[in-house]
Parts: sequence; structure tokens; C-alpha cells
Amino acid sequence: MGIRFILMVNKQGQTRLAQYYEYLTLEERRALEGEIVRKCLARNEQQCSFVEHRNYKIVYRRYASLFFLVGVDNEENELAILEFIHLLVETMDRHFGNVCELDIMFHLEKAHFMLEEMVMNGCIVETSKTNILAPIQLMDKAS
Amino acid sequence: MALSGMRGLSVFISDVRNCRNKEQERLRVDKELGNIRTRFKNEKGLTPYEKKKYVWKMLYIYMLGYDVDFGHMEAVSLISAPKYPEKQVGYIVTSCLLNENHDFLRLAINAVRNDIIGRNETFQCLALTLVGNIGGREFAESLAPDVQKLLLSSSCRPLVRKKAALCLLRLFRKNSDVVNVDGWSDRMAQLLDERDLGVLTSSMSLFVALVANNHEAYWSCLPKCVKIMERLARNQDVPQEYTYYGIPSPWLQVKTMRALQYFPTIEDPSIRRALFEVLQRILMGTDVVKNVNKNNASHAVLFEALALVMHLDSEKEMMSQCVALLGKFIAVREPNIRYLGLENMTRMLMVTDVHEIIKRHQAQIITSLKDPDISIRRRSLDLLYGMCDVSNAKDIVEELLQYLATADFAMREELALKAAILAEKFAPDLSWYVDVILQLIDKAGDFVSDDIWFRVVQFVTNNEDLQPYAALKAREYLDKPAIHETMVKVSAYLLGEYSHLLARRPGCSPKEIFAIIHEKLPTVSTPTIPILLSTYAKILMHSQPPDPELQNQIWAVYSKYESCIDAEIQQRAVEYFALSKKGAALMDILAEMPKFPERQSSLIKKAEDTDADTAELSAIKLRAQQQTSNALVATDQRPTNGAPQVSQLGMVMIPSTSDAEHNAVDQGLTQANGVSVNDAPPTADMLGDLLSPLAIEGPPAVSTQLDHNGVHGHEGTNGADDALALAPVENQESTVQPIGDIAERFQALCLKDSGVLYEDPYVQIGIKAEWRGHQGRFVLFLGNKNTAPLDSVHAVILSPSHLKLELSLVPEVIPPRAQVQCPLEVVNLRPSRDVAVLDFSYKFGSSLVNNKLRLPAVLNKFLQPIQVSAEEFFSQWRSLAGPPLKLQEVVRGVRPMSLGEMANLLNSLRLMVCPGLDPNASNLVASTTFYSESTRAMLCLVRIETDPADRTQLRMTVASGDPALTFELKEFIKEHLVIIPTTAKPPAPAPQAAPTPPIASSDPGALLAGLL
Repeated sequence: MGIRFILMVNKQGQTRLAQYYEYLTLEERRALEGEIVRKCLARNEQQCSFVEHRNYKIVYRRYASLFFLVGVDNEENELAILEFIHLLVETMDRHFGNVCELDIMFHLEKAHFMLEEMVMNGCIVETSKTNILAPIQLMDKAS
Repeated sequence: MALSGMRGLSVFISDVRNCRNKEQERLRVDKELGNIRTRFKNEKGLTPYEKKKYVWKMLYIYMLGYDVDFGHMEAVSLISAPKYPEKQVGYIVTSCLLNENHDFLRLAINAVRNDIIGRNETFQCLALTLVGNIGGREFAESLAPDVQKLLLSSSCRPLVRKKAALCLLRLFRKNSDVVNVDGWSDRMAQLLDERDLGVLTSSMSLFVALVANNHEAYWSCLPKCVKIMERLARNQDVPQEYTYYGIPSPWLQVKTMRALQYFPTIEDPSIRRALFEVLQRILMGTDVVKNVNKNNASHAVLFEALALVMHLDSEKEMMSQCVALLGKFIAVREPNIRYLGLENMTRMLMVTDVHEIIKRHQAQIITSLKDPDISIRRRSLDLLYGMCDVSNAKDIVEELLQYLATADFAMREELALKAAILAEKFAPDLSWYVDVILQLIDKAGDFVSDDIWFRVVQFVTNNEDLQPYAALKAREYLDKPAIHETMVKVSAYLLGEYSHLLARRPGCSPKEIFAIIHEKLPTVSTPTIPILLSTYAKILMHSQPPDPELQNQIWAVYSKYESCIDAEIQQRAVEYFALSKKGAALMDILAEMPKFPERQSSLIKKAEDTDADTAELSAIKLRAQQQTSNALVATDQRPTNGAPQVSQLGMVMIPSTSDAEHNAVDQGLTQANGVSVNDAPPTADMLGDLLSPLAIEGPPAVSTQLDHNGVHGHEGTNGADDALALAPVENQESTVQPIGDIAERFQALCLKDSGVLYEDPYVQIGIKAEWRGHQGRFVLFLGNKNTAPLDSVHAVILSPSHLKLELSLVPEVIPPRAQVQCPLEVVNLRPSRDVAVLDFSYKFGSSLVNNKLRLPAVLNKFLQPIQVSAEEFFSQWRSLAGPPLKLQEVVRGVRPMSLGEMANLLNSLRLMVCPGLDPNASNLVASTTFYSESTRAMLCLVRIETDPADRTQLRMTVASGDPALTFELKEFIKEHLVIIPTTAKPPAPAPQAAPTPPIASSDPGALLAGLL
């Protein structure tokens, strides 16, 4: 069904954002995140951006101290997901201005709002940054 | 540091961040949880702002991996808050914390529905997103119509509609029975005309789900998808916001091409041409550019285009381009492209026959096997495994063996297994096979399962030429200083059986063999000792004339183990000791093991069991399907009782050949029944191997893999397990239900030459037929609707005696969303109404789906309508005077239909109605030619006399030059005239006393003649 989860993890392995599109129990999440983080963070720049793990394929990308990890099923187009990560980062950039780990950490709700506009039930809803950010800007204006 | 709007939340987050270790973090979190709990308890003083803040804290804590088992109510209650900020938090946190089965969610249904049908579109969006993410059955039941309305509403803005599309997708996927999509093809087509790319992106996801479920209903949408591709490829009407690094929404392009892959083919030549033009442009026009994002995005589109070409290009117009591109990709440095190149090459192997071209890249692929990146190594291993055949097996297996020594732990078992399977499947000679497996055990003994060495034993036992060689090899390995225990097992076994063949070689006398094996005994574990004891007994038996010294040594070992605490060892020691005193009798009892019944590998079963990482399994599965193991079937099904449910076989009319199968099923089940699976230690069966000749003569029934229960081979002899492939029949009440009525589909296909024969959620079998005289040709279109490959596909034709049927090879794997075409040649030998049956099975997950489908190679397919003049008709009619060439029958229980309908029916059965020949307007006269090898072309004449007063009865007369044909044709037409032709039995022949139809007063032939 496409995207199963999106994780943002810093290079110490601390989860900064976790959004699942299929239900996993807390224990399953903990185990899964641990395994994935161990696998992906150990990789270097010369290695490809895809890691096969259990039933998932993890497409990941590193931005400074932060790793964006997207779990997809075997039917997704890996490069499209890889660029979707970048689109997410660009969108955050537009909103926060040169986004960093702390922005995401302390504005967890905004990161969630953005994701909510971009992905729904594991499918991509919107790829226009203007449209993605519209509701957030509306809210910022209101408050 | 930017502070969030919620100060308390920011403070908490930075507190947690400042914790120096996990313990501190836990303490801080516990404190906060306590705080939130207290606040929630006296709810009086909680403002919406506070509530919002605490709910976010809960989400943060949950994300950190701590259980938050309270406060769900508060999160849900925010959904009904009047203001947007609170409501939004309520929606988002609820969808993060809860799942569809959560009770609290039910409380929100009303609030959610109010938001969906309300006027506030931001509220609508929130509500749709929640339902789209976690909506369950109750949501589907109460909201589906509203969501559909929003999606199609012209007054709704795109921001609402795109969410409605994905919300509907969720509801449909979760509860396809509640969400009615019948007749959705028009709406879908309309949605695909959408200009807004956001709505289009979402709608395309919805479309993929619908078309995956049933592509037949959505043919009308296919041209729309091609239009979208054209629009994007030409960058027409694509707003800047949807252009990503100059590429018009790569995600929508990818999704659209994905959708197109659900259609088996594109028949309309102009649409096909338009699409291929776009694909060609993508294939040719994608260059490597500097900007990495642009490069990735354009290659995302390119790889999807490749997949689509592989799927559609049955004409192979563009296939060579694809192979060339992939060949280029697997050689580039950029790891992502190389990874995808390897992956897609493997996919391509499954789709088309490109083995030879891909083999040219073998060296390059082998280089990737040594890549520092495990992801790439895995892809390379999969590809090597998939492309291996007899010609390159030696090279590839040797590469795998070499790599095994240095491979990471995570891959060794898989490597060992794959090497073993390939060696077995493609061994150019058996001694090489033995070499490979022994090397495998030597290099990676820990990763070589028992199945692998059992298999060597089987091979060696069954091939006399191989025995001295294998024994010699085993003997050589024993000289190595430290050998793996598996090596001890296999060499002990082989030397026990065959060391006497080496007797003249130096170091191979019974005494020396015993000494070198016995040297290992102190180092082995308990399960191996019984094998050694058996070996000693065999050595003793082979030392002729008896060597008293050796005998004493071995007896000493036996007496030592006579009181062993392990029952298996003790029993063997006692029994062998007693047997060895019997002298000549020992010779008979411990004689060489007879050949094993031929069976297929159980390694594949093993391959499927290493299911931890399904991703890496793809290729194993691929192979596995090409060689379904009987053992696999037996162990998987675990029949609980042995009663063969042959009734399943009787479901449709089965030609006479099926008797053998009935028996086979019997045997298969009896065999499987006695067998408990896999749990008992292998020792028992080794004992069984050795002792089975005590009980019975003939081949040992003990298979090394199967009979782990210590049946001791008393049951299931005579190769019964060869029949196991048929065992799955008893598993037919599997959960996979066919879509549509199989009988109806068959009926429809009897009257037309193309359509769907069978469909279930995973498979669709389409059929297309051409007929020429007594010959015909079907093409079966086996389509995998699934997103995973379809395994163990088997198609067997059970043909009745009057038909000669030849089915071309059906691949055992159908790749995801692919369709394979299998021609089936038909020759009609003589007239008969028997029906050929396609026995089709495949494996989905662990369940085997089996269906027996009647093939519409029915009598009327061999008819050629022919127009005859009155003159010809009557002269024939007269010359075919009476039974058996001309038969007449009064048919009752006829499906009431008008004369026109009946004429149409006859015409569709290829009986040409000749109007005007019979002056009685209530009668129909028809003529046709029947073709079969025995009858050649033969004219058939039919006359039907109806009773306008009673449409349920009629009198039918059929005439032809062949008695069998006349009878069969009469019965055949009758079957089609009476109500529900297949299931209802044709009514019993009219009893003599039945009221005579008005027109039956005289012989119709005479009547006709008179009318002339």
C-alpha cells in the first residue's frame, strides 16, 4: 500500500518524529525502530539509499544530523520515495527557513501538520509546497 | 532555539533532551505522565489550550517509546472542540495514538461525520484525513456515501476532494463489501479528467486500488491514463508548483504508469502507439545530470517506464533498449542506480525470456556480489540466482562458494542454501554436485541445514557411479584436522555405506576407516552418535573375512553405549551388538540401502522457511516455483485426517483419466497422514533408514526430510510421495474465493471466444480462442493481480478422450502484476460432450489455491454454420431416415423464450437458423457442419418444433451422417435449451404416456416433405 512509516532519527539514534501508516504495537515499533536505526546509521555515503529489512524496504536520506527513513513495501518506486523525502525537507525549509533538527523537535506539531498534508494512509496526497503549507500559514496568521 | 507556541511543551521537550541517560529520561517522562494524569482527572479547570498542550505531550512521550495508556479520551474529545487549533490537535493525535479497533474511536464517529458533512472545508479536511488514516468498518458504513459525494462534487474545492479520494481508498480497501464501487468506472474516468494535479495524484492512488481489484471494469479509464502521461511528458498545463526540478510531478507520472501495469495489455493500436511514444521519449530522453535531485526524479520515472515496458511489450519492440539500459545501470558507480539496475534485471528475468542477453553481464553482476554495500550484494545474489542455468551454473556456484568464506554472517545461510539449490538443479555432473555440497559443509557447516546433506545422501544412494567417488571425497575430508560436525555425519554415513568400494586404496581398509571416524566420536554431539554407531555396524558387516580385532573394538563401543542415557543411542548399541552376533544374518539386515524413491528437493521448502527477510526471498521463491517440491506440499498442508476428499474432484465433469489421480490423492494423503512434521531429531529417521529393511522389502520409505517421526518406514512405500503434488486438493476450501460465478463464466465462454474464465482476488485467467475445422487454439492469459509474485503456479489439462490437448509450458511463477500467455492447442477427434478441465493451482502465502475449471472446448466450437438451400436440406433430411442417424425427442422444462431468442441461441451455438425453410412459423430449422478427425466435415441438420401455447416444451429432431454425432449434438442442444444448462440435470426423457405435443402427430420429416 505504499508508505508504511516515516521516521526522523538523529545520528545518536533518537527518534524525533515517527508517523506510522499501519498499526504496530508500541513494542513492535520500538523493536523496529531499533533495528532500522542500527542498520541504516551504520552505512556510509558510498552505499545506496535502500536497505531491505523484514518486509520493508527502507529508503533513507541523511541531512546533517538528521536521518529521514521511510519504510515502504516492495512495490514502491524507490527513487520517487527518495525524492519525496527531499520534497518534505524542502517544504520544511520553506516554512522554518533552513530547517534543523531542533525545529522539528520543538515544532513537532508543525512537522506533523506538514506530513498530514503530504501523506495520507500511506499515499502521497500533495506535492505542491504552497498547498502543503497553506493550512499552517492560515493557522499562524490566526494565532 | 525557536520556542513553540506551547511553552510547557517546549520546556518538557528540552528537559527530556537534557537527560543524560535513559534512566533520567524515564524518570522525567514518568513525572510528566503523572502530572498529565492528575490534570486530566480534575477536568474542571482544564482549558482547551491546556488540553491541547497535554495531548501533544502524550504524543511526544509515545513517540519516545513509552506506553501512554490513558488520556485517549481527552484526545478524542478535542475532535469536537469548536475551534480549529484544538480540533486539529484532536484529529492528529487521535490518528497517531489510536487504531481502527479502538473503542474510543467509536465515540468520535458522530463528531467526525458532522465535520465531513459540514460546511467548513478545513474541518472537512481534518475529518477526512483521520478516516483516511484509521477509519474502520463503522466509519465505512456510516460515511462512505458522504465521502463519495465530496469526491465527485463539483462545488467542492480540490483541497477537500483530494482527501476524499484517499479517504475513500481506505474505506474501500478495508471494507470492500461496504463500499460499493460497482459502476464506478464512469466516475473514475471522470476523475481522471481532473486538471488539478493534487486531486489527480490522490485519485490515481484510488484508481490503482480499484484497477488492481478488477481491471476489467476499468478499461474505459486506460486511455485517460495515457492522456495524463502525455500531458505530463509534454509538460502541458502543469503548474510550476507541481514541477519538481523541471520534471512535471514525477510522483504522479510514477503512479500513473503503475496503474497502467494493472492492465494486461493495450489492445487499441492508437492508444498503444501514443503510450509507447511517451515511453520511448522517457527511455531515450533521460540523461544523467549533475543535480542529484533532478537525476533521482528523472530516473524514478525512467525505472517505472522500464517496468511498464517490460509488462506491455509483448512484441519486444523496446525490450532490447530496456536490457541495454539496465546493462548500463548495473555498471555505473552511483549505488542507487546500480541497486535498481540489478533489481529490475531480476524482475525482467521473471517477465521475459532474456536469459541469454543478461548472461552477457555476468561478470559485472559478480563484481557487485563483492560490493561493500550489503543491499547491492543481496540484489546481485538474487540476480545471479535467478539467471543461473546449466550453462553458467558452475561459474556462478563457484563464485558463491568463494564468496561464502568472506560473506557477512547475515547472508551466509541464504548463500549456502542458494548454492545448494543451484548445484542440485543445474549440476552438469553429479560428482560436481557432491564436491559443491561437501565444500559448502566444509566452509560454512553452521549454515548448512540437515536437508542439504540428506539430499547428498539421496543422490549418492540413487547413483551407483557416484558412490565410490563420494566415499573417496568423504574419506579425504576426514583427514582434515578440524571438521564440522555435519561433515562428520555425512562422511560417516557415506563411508558406512560405500567404504567397501574403496577397500583397495591406501588408508581405506575397514579398520582404518573405523579408526578415523571413531577419532571424531568424542567431539560430536549426541544426535550424531547414533549415525556413527550405524556406520560401525556397516563397517563390521563389510569386513570380510571378519577381523576379530576390529570386531572387538566395535563391540567395545557398543557395550559402552549399552547403558547410555540417550534412548536412541542405547537402542542402537544394544541392537547392533545383538545383530552383529548373528553372523550371516547380519549381511541381509545391514545390506546396502536400497534406492530412495525419486523425489524433489526439500531445500526449496527450507528456502521458504527462512522467511525472516522476505525481501531477500524473492528470487528463492522465483526458483522454488520452478521446482515445487513434493515434500513441501506434504509438510505444508498438515492434513489432519487422511480421508481424501475426492468429492472436490467431482465438482466438475472430469474425463476418465482422473481415476489415476484419485488414487494418487489417496496415497498422498495416507502418506502425509502418518508423518508428523520436522520436529523430531533426525536420529530417528537415520535409524529408520538402517532398520527399515528389517520390516519390509523394497525401497526404504524413509525420506530423510519427511519422516522425522520415526515411522521406521513401515508406511507409505512405493513412491507414494511422488503423488503428493496432488495432495493440495483437500485444501480447497481455502479462503480464496473466486470472483464471479465460475459456471456462468464458463457458460458465457461456450458462446463466445474470449473473456474471463476465472478470477479471484489474486489471479485472473482470461481466454481467447480461435477455431478452424476440427482444430483450435486457446491462449490462456494468466494474470497475477497481486503485488507479490504468484508462486507454484501449476496448470494441468485433464483432457477427455475425444480431445487432444497440448498446453505449452506454464511458468511456475507469475511476477507481480504480470500476465503470461500460454497457448493451448486443441484437436477434436470425435463428437462428444465431455469437457476438458484445466486443473489450476497456485500458492498464495501458505495456502494453496486449486481450481478445476472447465475449458470451453465444447462441441459447438467445432461447428461451422452453413447456409443450405431448401433443396439440399430436404434431400439430406430425407436420406437420413431415422435412428440412429436421425433422432427425435420431446424436451420439457425448456427455458421459456421467444422464437427470436431461440434462433439467436442457436446461432450463437453456431447452428445457422435457416428461416423460411419450414413453413410453420413456430418451427426452427438450422444447419451446420461439424468437424472432427473421425467424422471429417459432416453436415448436421436440426429442427425444433415449438408449441406457442406452452413455451416450456418442444420437439427436437437432429440428423447427421454419424450416429454418435447425432446423439451428442441433440443432447448438447438440449443442455442449452433447458433451464440452467450446467447445474440442472436435463429433464428426464419424456415418458411414453406424456401428452403429445400438438405437432407431434406425424413424423416431422414426412411433414416437412409434405410441405414441399
